[in-house]
Amino acid sequence: MLTAVTVLTGLSLALAAALIAASRWLPERGDDAVERIERLLPRIQCAQCGYPGCRPYAEAILAGEAEINRCPPGGESTIRALAELLGREPTPLDTSLGSASMDRVARIDETLCIGCNLCARACPVDAIVGLPQRMHTVIARLCTGCELCVPPCPVDCIQLVPRHG
Amino acid sequence: MVDVTFERYLTGGIRLAANKTASTEEPILRGFIPPLLVIGLHQHGGTSAVPIVAVGQKVAKGEPIALPGTPPSTAVHASSSGRVRAIEERLIPTGTKLRASLCIVIETDGDDRRFEGGPHDPWPESREVRIERVRLAGIAGLGGAAFPTATKLEAVAGTCKVLIVNGAECEPYISCDDMLMREAPAEIVAGVIRMADLVAAPRVIIAIERDKPRALEAMRKAVTAAGDPRLAICEIPTVYPAGGERQLIELLTGEEVPSGAYPSSIGYVCQNVGTAYAIERLAARGEPLTSRIVTVTGGGVARPRNVEVPIGTPIHYLIEQCGGYRRNVVRLIHGGSMMGYALPADDLPTTKATSCIIAAAEGEVRESFEEWACIRCGDCASVCPARLQPQELLTAAAARDFDDLEALGLDDCIECGCCDVVCPSHIVLTERFRGAKRAFAEHARRLALSAEAEERHKRRERRLKQIEEDRRAAQEALKAKLRADEEARRRAVAAAVERARQRKRRDAEP
Amino acid sequence: MNEPEPRPSTAPRRFETAAPPHAIPTRSVPAIMRRVLYALIPAAAAYTWFFGIGLVINFAIAAPAALATEAAILSLRRRPVRRALRDGSALVTAALLAFALPPLLPWWIPALGGFVAIAAKQLYGGLGKNPFNPAMVAYALLLLSFPIHMTQWLPPRMGDIDYTPLTAIEQVRYSLFDELPPKRTVDAYTRATPLDAVKEGLREQRSFQEMSATSLIGTFGGLGWEWVSSFVAFGGLYLLYAGIIRWQIPVATLAGIAVPAMLLHMVDPERFASAAFHLFSGAAMLGAFFIATDPVSASTTDRGRLIFGAGVGLLTYAIRTWGGYPDGVAFAVLLMNAAVPLIDRFTRPRIHGHAER
Repeated sequence: MLTAVTVLTGLSLALAAALIAASRWLPERGDDAVERIERLLPRIQCAQCGYPGCRPYAEAILAGEAEINRCPPGGESTIRALAELLGREPTPLDTSLGSASMDRVARIDETLCIGCNLCARACPVDAIVGLPQRMHTVIARLCTGCELCVPPCPVDCIQLVPRHG
Repeated sequence: MVDVTFERYLTGGIRLAANKTASTEEPILRGFIPPLLVIGLHQHGGTSAVPIVAVGQKVAKGEPIALPGTPPSTAVHASSSGRVRAIEERLIPTGTKLRASLCIVIETDGDDRRFEGGPHDPWPESREVRIERVRLAGIAGLGGAAFPTATKLEAVAGTCKVLIVNGAECEPYISCDDMLMREAPAEIVAGVIRMADLVAAPRVIIAIERDKPRALEAMRKAVTAAGDPRLAICEIPTVYPAGGERQLIELLTGEEVPSGAYPSSIGYVCQNVGTAYAIERLAARGEPLTSRIVTVTGGGVARPRNVEVPIGTPIHYLIEQCGGYRRNVVRLIHGGSMMGYALPADDLPTTKATSCIIAAAEGEVRESFEEWACIRCGDCASVCPARLQPQELLTAAAARDFDDLEALGLDDCIECGCCDVVCPSHIVLTERFRGAKRAFAEHARRLALSAEAEERHKRRERRLKQIEEDRRAAQEALKAKLRADEEARRRAVAAAVERARQRKRRDAEP
Repeated sequence: MNEPEPRPSTAPRRFETAAPPHAIPTRSVPAIMRRVLYALIPAAAAYTWFFGIGLVINFAIAAPAALATEAAILSLRRRPVRRALRDGSALVTAALLAFALPPLLPWWIPALGGFVAIAAKQLYGGLGKNPFNPAMVAYALLLLSFPIHMTQWLPPRMGDIDYTPLTAIEQVRYSLFDELPPKRTVDAYTRATPLDAVKEGLREQRSFQEMSATSLIGTFGGLGWEWVSSFVAFGGLYLLYAGIIRWQIPVATLAGIAVPAMLLHMVDPERFASAAFHLFSGAAMLGAFFIATDPVSASTTDRGRLIFGAGVGLLTYAIRTWGGYPDGVAFAVLLMNAAVPLIDRFTRPRIHGHAER
C-alpha cells in the first residue's frame, strides 16, 4: 500500500515537474495555433466572415470569439477540417454570410465600365487592372471570387461567373 | 539475334481470359473505304492540329488537311480521296476519353486516289529532318495513347539505353498487334531498325506475350533475316498489365520508372509495333499515317476480325463491314475490356487511338454494379502492379482525405482495373480512384489559388502600407519645410525689425 | 452543306455506358463466406463425433441470434437488410463462435454470444469496419462473464471407460430446459480440457511426461482434440488452396506457438508441454486458419500478416504458459487486432517508382 502511494505520488510529481520545465524552457508556440488554423482557411482574404482577413478570423477562432462556420468560400470541407483540428462539432455553414465561392470569378461588363477604379481598390489580391477613366478588367487566373469588388461599383457592371466555361 | 524467354513475373497483375481467338481466325481485311470520314484534328496527345483545307475542297488520300499545332502535336491527313463536306466540332474517342475536337468531314469518292504532292525523298539522311517527316506524316503512338511519335523520338537524343518495342498486347480482346506481327513482320522489323537509328539505341528489345506463338514465330524469322545484332526478341509471360509501359520496363529490366517521370528519364523508349510499321510505310513508300489496324470483336458482332481502317471511319460502317450486330449488344467499348471505355453511340469516328472496338453481348461485360462492404481481404493490393493499397485508398477517397491519398500514392495508380476484377465485394475501385484524382486536382488548384492569393494579399498590404508611409513622410517633410520657412520668415522679420530699430537708434544719436 | 450524310443500312445506335474495367469480377463475398462454412464441415463432423451434438446446438442457437441481431441493427441504422444478411458473414461468425464455445451450455449463452458478436461488429459500422474479430469479442465477453459455464468441457468419446456420455436428446434438454438425467449434476459430465488439465498439473509440480501417459493426451495432442484440430487444419488447407486465405497468417501463427514451445520443451521437457501438444490442443488450428485470418480485423499487407500472425501465436503461447487462462487464442487475436492499423501503416510496400521510405 505504502509502496503504491509513494510510487504514484513520486511519478505524478516527477511528471508535473517535467511539464513545468517543458512549458518554461521550450520555445513559445502560441503563434503556431493561429498559423495552423489559418492554413485550413482558403486564405483568399475575402472578409466575408466579418473579419478583415483570414488571419484576423483565425485569431478570433482561436480566442473562441468566432464560430468555425463563417467561411463561405471554404465551405463544408473547411468547417470539417477546422472541427477536426479544434475538436469542435462541425456546424452547418452560416448562409447569411453570402455565397462567395472559389469556383467563380468576377467579370466586368466592359461596355458599362466607367473606369472609376473603385473595384481595383477593393480587390484584396490586386486581380483587377485598368487606368483611371479607362475600361477595367479582371485577371481571371488570380481572381478568388471573393465578391468584394461588387458593392463599390457605381454602375453595377461586375458579375460572378463560373470559373470554367 | 538474342532470344530470351522471361520467367520473371510482375509484381501484381492478373491472368485474364484473353478472348482473342475470335478475331484472329481471318486475315486482316484491307482496302475498306467508308462513304464518309470524320477526321478529328485533336486525336493525339498534345495540342490540336490546325486545318489547312476549306469546305468543298477536293482532297486526295494522304493529302495533309491539318498541320501540327504548338508542340507536342502532329499533322492529320485525308484517309481517302473525296470532298471536304464540313469542318465542325464533334466528339471523337481519344486514348482515355471522348473529347470535343474540330473535325474535317470528308465524303469519299471511292477512288482512293493518292496524293502526289509529298516529298520525293521521304527518308533523307539528317536525323532532324527525319523526325520532322515523322511529325508531318501524322504518326502517333498506335498502342492506344496516340502520343505524337516525333516528340517522343526527339526527347531521347543520345540518352537511350534500350528501345523497347511493345508487342505484348496484354489487354483482353485486342489482337491488332498480333495480326500485324503475323502478316507484316518484315516491315515491322525494318521500322524498328529505323527507330533504333533515330534514337541511337544500342539495344532493341521486342517484347511479345507468350500467348502469341504465331506472331512470335513470324517476328523471330524476320529478326533473323534482318541480321541486326542490336535486336532481341523477348517472350514475356501472359499477365495483364505486362504491356503497360512502366510494367513492361520493370518486367524486362528490373528497373522502375520514377514516379511522375517518363521512361526516357532512365534511358528507355517504348514504341508500339504498329508505330514501327507506320514509320516503315512512311520511310519506304512515303505514305503518311492514314489508316491503322482495328480489332472489331465481341460477342455482339457477327464476324469478328481485324480491319485496316481509314482513320476517321464512323464505327457503324466498320461494324457493318464485319457483318453487323448480332445478339443483344449491351455495350460498345473503345479499347480493351480493362482500360477501354464505353461509347455512347456507334456514329463516333475511329481515331489513331482506336485499337479495338468491342460490341459486348449480354453476359460478356459487367452489368451489375451492386457492391458489398470492403472486407479488407487485400486481394486488390496483391494484384496491384503499382503496389498500392487500394483498400486504404478507398477509405481515403471516401473521406476526401487528400494528405492520405497523396501518401498512399493515388497519383501512381495506372487505372489498370485489376483491383476491380478481383474485388469480392464488387467495389468499383478504379472509377473511385479516377474521381479521387479529379477531386485531388481540383483541391491542388484551390491550394495554389489560396497560396497565390495569400502572397498577393501580403504584397498588396505591404504596398498600401508603403504608400501610406510615403504619404505620411511627404506630409511630415512638407510640414517641417513649412515650419522651417515660417521660422526663417519670422527670423528674417525679426532681423529686419532689429535692423530698423538699430538704424533708428543710430539716427537718433547725434 | 445541307444535303444528308450518307447513312449505313442501319441508323446510328445508342448504347448505355459504364466506367471501365468492363471485365466481370471473378469472386464474391457470399461465395467466400460459403466456402469458409464448407471448410468447417469436416472439423464439425469430427467435433460432433468426439464431443456430441453440442456444437450443432450452439450453432443452431447462435446463428439465428446473430442473423436477428444483424437484421435488427441494420434496420435501426436504416441500411439495406436483406443484402447484408445474404453476404453470409453473420453465419460464419456464428459458426466460429460455436466452435469456440464449450459443447454443453444453457441456450442463452450461445444466444447472447451471437448477439454480442454482431453488435460488436455493427457498433463500428458493420462488416468491414469492425476492428475486432466479432466471434472473439463474443467469446471473450462470455468467458469473462460466465467463467464457470465457459470452462466446463465434455470429455471426448473413448476417454474414461466408466463414463456414460449424455445422449443427443439429453444435451438438447439441458441446453433448452436446464434439465439433466435424474440425480446427476453437471459436474458428473464435464471435465477440464487437456490444456486446462496440463496447466493445472504443471502448477502442481507434475511433469509433462507423466501427464502425457494419462488418457488425457492422445498420440500428440489432447485426446480427441488432436483429431478435431487436424480436421480444422484440413479445412484451412482447403481455404489456402481456394485462395481465400493466404499462407502468411496461419504459418506465422503456428510458428509463433510452435517455436517457443519447442525451445522451452527442449530446455525443460518436464515443465513445458511439447509443441505438438500446443498445436493440436485447444483452438490453435482454428485460430491460425479461421480466426486470425478474418480479413476485416487482420493486417492486409504481406509483411503485416507475418507480424500479425506471429504476434497472435506468441501471445497465445504466453497466455497459455504464464497467463491465467488455459487457452489464449481469443485474447491474443483481440490484442493483435488492436495493433493492426499500426502494423499496416508501417508495412506498406514500397510503391512502384518510389524510393524506399
